[in-house]
Amino acid sequence: MTAELLITSLQISTPELILAVGALALLMIGVFSGDKSAPTVTGLAAAIMIAAGLWLVFSPMQGEAWGGAFVLDSFSRFMKVIALIGSITAMIMTVGNARSEQLDRFEFPVLLTLATLGMMLLISANDLIALYLGLELMSLALYVVAAINRDSLRSTEAGLKYFVLGALSSGMLLYGMSLVYGFTGNTGFDNIAAVLTAETRSLGVVFGLVFILAGLAFKISAVPFHMWTPDVYEGAPTPVTAFFAAGPKVAAMAIFVRIVTDAFMPVFADWQQVVVFISIASMLLGSFAAIGQKNIKRLMAYSSIGHMGYALVGLASGSETGVSGVALYMLIYMVMTLGTFACIMSMRRKEGAALESVDDLAGLSSTNPFMAVVLTALMFSLAGIPPLAGFFAKYFVFVAAIEAKLYALAIIGVLSSVVGAYYYLRIVKVMWFDAANGEFARTAGELRLVFGISGLFVTAYVLFGGPIGLAAEAAAKAFF
Amino acid sequence: MGLQAVFFYLFAFVAVASAFMVISARNPVHSVLFLILVFFNAAGLFLLTGAEFLAMILLVVYIGAVAVLFLFVVMMLDIDFAALRSGILQYAPVGALVGLIVAAELIVVVGGSVLTPEAAKAITMPIPSPATRTNTAALGDVLYTNYVYFFQVSGLVLLVAMIGAIVLTLRHRENIKRQNISQQVARTPATAIEVVKVKTGQGI
Repeated sequence: MTAELLITSLQISTPELILAVGALALLMIGVFSGDKSAPTVTGLAAAIMIAAGLWLVFSPMQGEAWGGAFVLDSFSRFMKVIALIGSITAMIMTVGNARSEQLDRFEFPVLLTLATLGMMLLISANDLIALYLGLELMSLALYVVAAINRDSLRSTEAGLKYFVLGALSSGMLLYGMSLVYGFTGNTGFDNIAAVLTAETRSLGVVFGLVFILAGLAFKISAVPFHMWTPDVYEGAPTPVTAFFAAGPKVAAMAIFVRIVTDAFMPVFADWQQVVVFISIASMLLGSFAAIGQKNIKRLMAYSSIGHMGYALVGLASGSETGVSGVALYMLIYMVMTLGTFACIMSMRRKEGAALESVDDLAGLSSTNPFMAVVLTALMFSLAGIPPLAGFFAKYFVFVAAIEAKLYALAIIGVLSSVVGAYYYLRIVKVMWFDAANGEFARTAGELRLVFGISGLFVTAYVLFGGPIGLAAEAAAKAFF
Repeated sequence: MGLQAVFFYLFAFVAVASAFMVISARNPVHSVLFLILVFFNAAGLFLLTGAEFLAMILLVVYIGAVAVLFLFVVMMLDIDFAALRSGILQYAPVGALVGLIVAAELIVVVGGSVLTPEAAKAITMPIPSPATRTNTAALGDVLYTNYVYFFQVSGLVLLVAMIGAIVLTLRHRENIKRQNISQQVARTPATAIEVVKVKTGQGI
């Protein structure tokens, strides 16, 4: 690697360098000043992520770096900005509840920063090895933060379960990668695409492709690799769950899109059927399994499984509209989820006990009308009711599916979102028509800010959604 | 050639003999020590074939870390090795089968590279001759240039693993007696010794 190449590579990956060096500096600050520095470290971590995000938005650098292993294009920039926003918001949301959830340790923001770095590397991965390393960096940090409340049996169980199943999925991913490498002789996405053709593809490549998709489906918690999601969502401390639902999902979906559209586009027919299957299975399971849930975190887990299914509808079409639909879907999904989790984190009694049951929301319209209105908007949006943001997210992916003549997929999607609307509307019913059984404690300012902005976003999306849609379309142009 | 052959048979014989001792020694600590001897001789064999990097790694990783870990496990955990060994002969057929499969696979792999020598030419990074460039230098040539990105990210992954292990296991518990060296050193006979007159036939 010559000096100029090295300098270009460093310039292209500057946001990642900011995060990496920043995480190490934060670790030093934390180690030398102990756990009392946790709030400072959290603030600095958010500042570092904001700096990386600003650099990402304003830097003109674009292209491949590190010998083609890392790529910064319009798609990775769009997804990275979403993932960064998600991580920053989720981290700010932890501040108020840090003490009661036993998250007031300086390692927590450091691990979140490193997990975010993993997401960024994952989104930019343009090589099988880079993909695996980014994924492991993200996942390892997430396993630890899932179990960070060691005194809680449920939290440690969630961490262990996530770790064991995550290791299994990494194994499948690596096995698939080794097969793909063996049958194509390359690890770079561009090189794999160059040697693959639909006519001459060997069975080994298809095997490898299926294993890779299985490993990635695990990370986005698509059916049939979703089993960990409800348990981990329920067991992990709520701020950690909010973090899980935001950035990591975006990053895993981004690499899912990149690997199939970049490396495996020549064998489109082979992966399309896999994506269609996991998409239908996720939508149906997400709609039906959530109906019986009493715990709102478990309900959100099934909701996220369903939403990943809807996002995959766009990918199944394999077209530019489809990919831009996926990008837009992930953005809107993340905003809705963070808003909902901000509401869930506000569900605590004055004595400090955190509540997680749907029934605890009863009578929220009389005790806390602002939160009730916002949560209602978010639920309507998650259900996909116009004119809220969630409707547009679903609209674009279904339009892409219809353009690609995937009528069955689109019809099943619409029908399952009707089923899904039931459990979102049940929450609305509990809030507005059931008798109140106690008031919540005063909501922390940052949580009110987050669900306020999120509520504003979903209701006003119809007014200002144009530029965001254009940005998503520009992002999808990176592949076509 | 003669000297090399002498050393090869020396290392090989000691390796096989001590491998046998690993499974037959009565004392588990002896087993681990014989295991270290196996590793050491295997490192010698690697050195003879010109793979000095592998030899070093074997010493550092397997003897320095893995064998020491085994020793810790053997010495700190209360495992009844006699009970573990009781039915050892009934596993012999399974063990022999696994051994046979491994042997067959080794023969296939080695035989493959002998039968089709052109397969070695397909690799992207040809191995330079040990006479001109040592293994370690050849690895460094690509690891710190072409693969520097992967190398650094792997380092970060290991860092996360380390932070995670510490976060999840380190506890600052109260009411635990810890060694305080400065306190120990500061003790004087006046504070440490008390002379008590004890009457004959009575306790204190």
